[in-house]
Amino acid sequence: MTEALLSAEHVSKRFGGLAAVSEVSLDLHQGQIHAVIGPNGAGKSTLTNLLSGDLAPTSGAVRLAGLNVTGWSPEKISRAGLGRSYQKTNIFLPFTVWENVRLAAQSRSQHAGRWLHLATGFADTNERAERALELAGLTQRRHAVAATISHGEQRQLEIAMTLATGPRVLLLDEPLAGMGTMEAERMVQLLLRLKAEHAMMLVEHDMDAVFALADQLTVMVNGEVIARGTPAEIRADIGVRAAYLGEEAHP
Amino acid sequence: MTTQANLETLPRGLNIALAVGFIALAAFPFASSEFYAQMVARMMILGIFAMSLDLLLGVTGLVSLGHAAFFGIAGYALAFLTPQGEPVSLWWTLPVAVGASAAGAFVIGFFVVRTRGIYFIMVTMAFAQMLYYLFFDNKVLGGSDGIYVNFKPDAHLFDLEDKRVFYYFTLGTLLLVYLFLRRLLWSPFGRSLAGVRVNEHRMRAVGYGTFGYKLAAFTLAGALAGLAGYLWAAQTGFVNPELMGFQMSAHAIMMVILGGMGNFAGAIVGAFAFEWLLHWFKDLPEIGGFNAGKHWQLWMGIFIVLAVTFARRGLLGVLASLGARKERSHD
Repeated sequence: MTEALLSAEHVSKRFGGLAAVSEVSLDLHQGQIHAVIGPNGAGKSTLTNLLSGDLAPTSGAVRLAGLNVTGWSPEKISRAGLGRSYQKTNIFLPFTVWENVRLAAQSRSQHAGRWLHLATGFADTNERAERALELAGLTQRRHAVAATISHGEQRQLEIAMTLATGPRVLLLDEPLAGMGTMEAERMVQLLLRLKAEHAMMLVEHDMDAVFALADQLTVMVNGEVIARGTPAEIRADIGVRAAYLGEEAHP
Repeated sequence: MTTQANLETLPRGLNIALAVGFIALAAFPFASSEFYAQMVARMMILGIFAMSLDLLLGVTGLVSLGHAAFFGIAGYALAFLTPQGEPVSLWWTLPVAVGASAAGAFVIGFFVVRTRGIYFIMVTMAFAQMLYYLFFDNKVLGGSDGIYVNFKPDAHLFDLEDKRVFYYFTLGTLLLVYLFLRRLLWSPFGRSLAGVRVNEHRMRAVGYGTFGYKLAAFTLAGALAGLAGYLWAAQTGFVNPELMGFQMSAHAIMMVILGGMGNFAGAIVGAFAFEWLLHWFKDLPEIGGFNAGKHWQLWMGIFIVLAVTFARRGLLGVLASLGARKERSHD
């Protein structure tokens, strides 16, 4: 197996007396989707925040493409090649769909600091934004204001903005949350398309999607990893079924 | 902080109205007394000051309650650089004064742009008050009485002592600053500042070092406030600590809000409206033993409250909706 693009090594996060994440280790490889599942409060979002730099780990280390990025700021980690989406839609609501993606793409432009040229006139930024928009299937909606598009489209926009920065590692926090069946199916297809060129971590509650997409599964409960394996192995794991895949797995 | 910028793109009707306004300003000295031309020059200087604050307030979403500090620094710089008995050249004192304001803004900005929301408001105010008392309490810095600027800067090519020349110099500066800021607004840097206002968290997640962007905006806004402060000191021939005072900062905020935030044109309109109202309220007559003019702050307060309540997008927003209605009725 190739070397991991992102690896978490015994990462922990404590909030006062609460251990939100305990000693979690995890590797993400290019061309693979690693799904993290678990009940609400299991520490999945906290883990995502630890990997993206939104939170600094209490202990443990995070390596991104060979660099030790533990404790780096989110912008530095983003520039090192990590892109993330948020569980709660986190976009520029008053801007158009295009401007959302363009602004994300602009962060990687050598012209980002220019102040006397028109922002829309830079080919490198525009091409990158265009490609991300197309991948996410939002080309038709480019002129719409982000606040006015559907929830599903906002989720797609989240992904498009992330892609516009050209990341090698993707952390997707519940990309299917609140989506209708049709929209969810479209998103699953998008993630499959993205799989080849990215190392991907997928936090998701939709078990049908998880089993359709994931190559590796990590099950978390109370901040700890309780099981890990291929979808088939996890399905067969009786303990996991009892702890998680029972009633509350299908909301 | 609101996320929706007002009239970032100015409708054509408004742009025409602004152009007409500019022509009116250019013609004004020929149609009025020197007293009123001086007053309008003063309004234009405050317009530059208000625009510089709008870069923080309306574009980047940073509510600075200490912006007058940078207005005052450049004013004092001119006062210190002008000798007792002769004028000093405009061409090096202007860059030095503006540079002093920029340097001050950079140093203060380095500490304040790390804070957010109410804390940002408090620390900008605290820094400005520190400067205010530094100048107020030290005789070598002019103390509470301030310093006279005996001569207007010498521009060599034209004579700023001529009030009409000074008027047009100010008008030209106002226009240049406006065009510069409008251009900046749509540049990659300007779009990034707008992104910081709308959602700084997301900006960082896609890789923007927002600290640097905010510090650059704070420094640039300080420099432009300094440009206004320099002109103010040259025009009035006098600087005192009030230039850096809390009132000056607060008035600038009121100008920007009154005119409409985030598009620079509103800041100019707000500065003119605010100064004109101030003048008008102060001249109110005594009615039956009640000196209405003395209580101008009361009337101003009531007016601002009404304006904010009923004209959310400021006076420029009112103008824009009048224009939009007119266009509809033509259809």
